[in-house]
Amino acid sequence: MSIDRRHFLGLAGLSALAFAARPSLDGLEGPASDERAPAGTRWAMIVDPKKCLALDGCTRCIAACHTAHNVPLIGERRHEVKWIWKERFERAFPSDENAYTEEALKGKLLPVLCNHCENPPCVRVCPAKATWKREDGIVMTDWHRCIGCRYCMGACPYGSRSFNWDDPRGHMGATPASDYPTRTKGVVEKCTFCEERLAKRQRPLCVEACPEAALVFGDLNDPKSQVRDLLRTRHSIRRRPELGTQPAVYYVI
Amino acid sequence: MRDRSFIVAGLVLFLGLVTFPVWYNVAARTDPGAPALARPSAAGVRLLRRGESARLLASEPSCVAPREYMRASHMRLLTEWREDVVRRANRSYVAYDGHRYEKSFTGTCLTCHGDKAQFCDRCHTYAGVSPTCMDCHVTAVVTP
Repeated sequence: MSIDRRHFLGLAGLSALAFAARPSLDGLEGPASDERAPAGTRWAMIVDPKKCLALDGCTRCIAACHTAHNVPLIGERRHEVKWIWKERFERAFPSDENAYTEEALKGKLLPVLCNHCENPPCVRVCPAKATWKREDGIVMTDWHRCIGCRYCMGACPYGSRSFNWDDPRGHMGATPASDYPTRTKGVVEKCTFCEERLAKRQRPLCVEACPEAALVFGDLNDPKSQVRDLLRTRHSIRRRPELGTQPAVYYVI
Repeated sequence: MRDRSFIVAGLVLFLGLVTFPVWYNVAARTDPGAPALARPSAAGVRLLRRGESARLLASEPSCVAPREYMRASHMRLLTEWREDVVRRANRSYVAYDGHRYEKSFTGTCLTCHGDKAQFCDRCHTYAGVSPTCMDCHVTAVVTP
């Protein structure tokens, strides 16, 4: 069987057309299903300010966290490094969404930490992919990969990230905690929700250290968890809700 | 070609100077052998398997990979562990002999190889490398 030129050219043109049209057919099968069902865990923390304020001037959560994680103690405020710290209510909640409900908290010091946002702005801006959101919601930082550009610090609306302006080893005890690394100069660090403890099925250190049980930690995806129970029964607020970051740290009032 | 003698003499002198380190080492009988490393102190880090006693574990020295592999490629293994733990939250390592270990530099490696100066540093100095691992990872005190 032979094929003439006209026939061949026609077939070639049709093939090229079919090849080019192929991608446009993909859309007909419906949108790609990106949204996965909320499987697994979604870690979250609840702060109960009333319980926290019961012990005046208590900083045990901060001490427990900063000692175990080798967070340097730097006097100079511009250079300080902090994972969990106390902030005045008006500074932590500047939007003043529920002015009269929150009246009792005005001027009070509340514990604040990384919110492990559902939409973390720090992750969006990191050019090195050194910070990312894990499947369980924890916003992690890979200190090996951090290049110290501090974009994430600029993006975080909560000031949860600290930069090591100096070698942190010079700002801690002679023997740092041996089972956790220190950081180096030029690296950004923050709270990790104690992911190294969660891997061993232990609760975060701040939660364990609180004598008033003002911090509650748990899985948001588990309807029977204590955090879900608290969120169901108490009125809760989050920091800067208008930004749409969806923090995983709630304050029940 | 009147300068031939000068040129040849210069070349010989140059070659002699360039190869001086070789001559010197031959003459001085310098030992280029590998540095002596501290023996691992204990073997008890791998996770116990069901029905195993801790005593059996202590009497049986083993590493996460054969010695030859560790000598040549421990840095590759450590990098893999690092990526697994930090970025994939995968902390369990099954060694070539079936034993399970925690992927941890301070928690697993240093439990046996605790003497940084006599173990890590000796070879790193010999090889002329300066890894940055210990800038952050604490080697001073090891709590098993």
